[in-house]
Amino acid sequence: MTRILGISGSLRRDSHNTSLLRAAAEAAGPDVELELYDGLKEIPPYDEDDDVHPRPPSVARLNEAITSADAVLFSTPEYNSSIPGQLKNAIDWVSRPVATNALRNKPVAVVGASTGGFGAVWAQAELRKVLSALGARVLDVELPVPHAHTRFEDGGLTDDEIRAALEDVLEALTDAAEQREGLKASV
Amino acid sequence: MNSAILTIAPAGTWNLDPIHSRVDFEVSYLAGTFKGHFNEIAAELTVDDERATLEGTTNVASIDVNEENLSAHLQSPDFFDAERYPELRFTAEDIRLDGDGQVSVGGELTIKGVTKPVTVTGTVTSPMSDPYGTERIGLNLSTTIDRTDFGINWNNPLPSGEPSLANDVTVLAELQFVKQGEENK
Repeated sequence: MTRILGISGSLRRDSHNTSLLRAAAEAAGPDVELELYDGLKEIPPYDEDDDVHPRPPSVARLNEAITSADAVLFSTPEYNSSIPGQLKNAIDWVSRPVATNALRNKPVAVVGASTGGFGAVWAQAELRKVLSALGARVLDVELPVPHAHTRFEDGGLTDDEIRAALEDVLEALTDAAEQREGLKASV
Repeated sequence: MNSAILTIAPAGTWNLDPIHSRVDFEVSYLAGTFKGHFNEIAAELTVDDERATLEGTTNVASIDVNEENLSAHLQSPDFFDAERYPELRFTAEDIRLDGDGQVSVGGELTIKGVTKPVTVTGTVTSPMSDPYGTERIGLNLSTTIDRTDFGINWNNPLPSGEPSLANDVTVLAELQFVKQGEENK
């Protein structure tokens, strides 16, 4: 069983990106468990003065969720050509200290939805850059979901092409996670 | 023996003295040269009448650039990907002297799971006896590789659009070997 943590960069209740992760959870095969992380809004602003032991409970919870997952799937909207501040803030917490952070070597993939015509491609690229910088194993995949408001009905994905692409992303993440498990087992 | 082949050291197996050896790398970055080294290295040199062979490895996790977080980044998938590819390896089957005391080596270098032929040049010292009665030689080798040949593609563009980190990386090995069977004599 591969455990994937889904993190949506959008806090909105009816977020297309959160819906995209729910669709991924439904599309996941029987050997994949995709759990959505729902605590992004509770993460306080990063302040090195507050980065002491014990860390704020919301941060500790996020860290634990990432640590216990085999892989992480991010879905990000695009704000001003980049990723939402709260998502970046949460990643900044997790990234410290860089040498031992929970995302280090963790297989991660990025997808994204926007109501515009480009499907958050810039935000996805920015997020891959950030995740690479902190040492995650960033999969070389991209899944833009443009005109997101036309692809969901009552929160459910109605676009089979995107569903198939989501399945491919999950498969790539699972492969990377299994390869990592194999490396650990062989040590 | 009157062979045209000049071996680089007396026949035998020579073990690395890792304390008095180094493997460094240098690469142009921003306005200067970025340097680092590997703290854990291993090598063995085998010499017979015909030729010398060398096999050496460095542990990627032992990369040292004087900054823990930067070392961590260099070990990440962005660079060496230490988790998947924990060591660098150099093997050379035929190391010879060219007559001027210069060493020329055709070997294979493995970085990040990619093995490429490389030409390495350098020098070797005459065998000497150290104060502890051990015979030793010094072998200094260097080569310049294109890191992107090995899948290490990270870069960060300058405002001018030029890359901040060069592709050409010089690898320098300063190795001291002691004759096997003579340690602690």
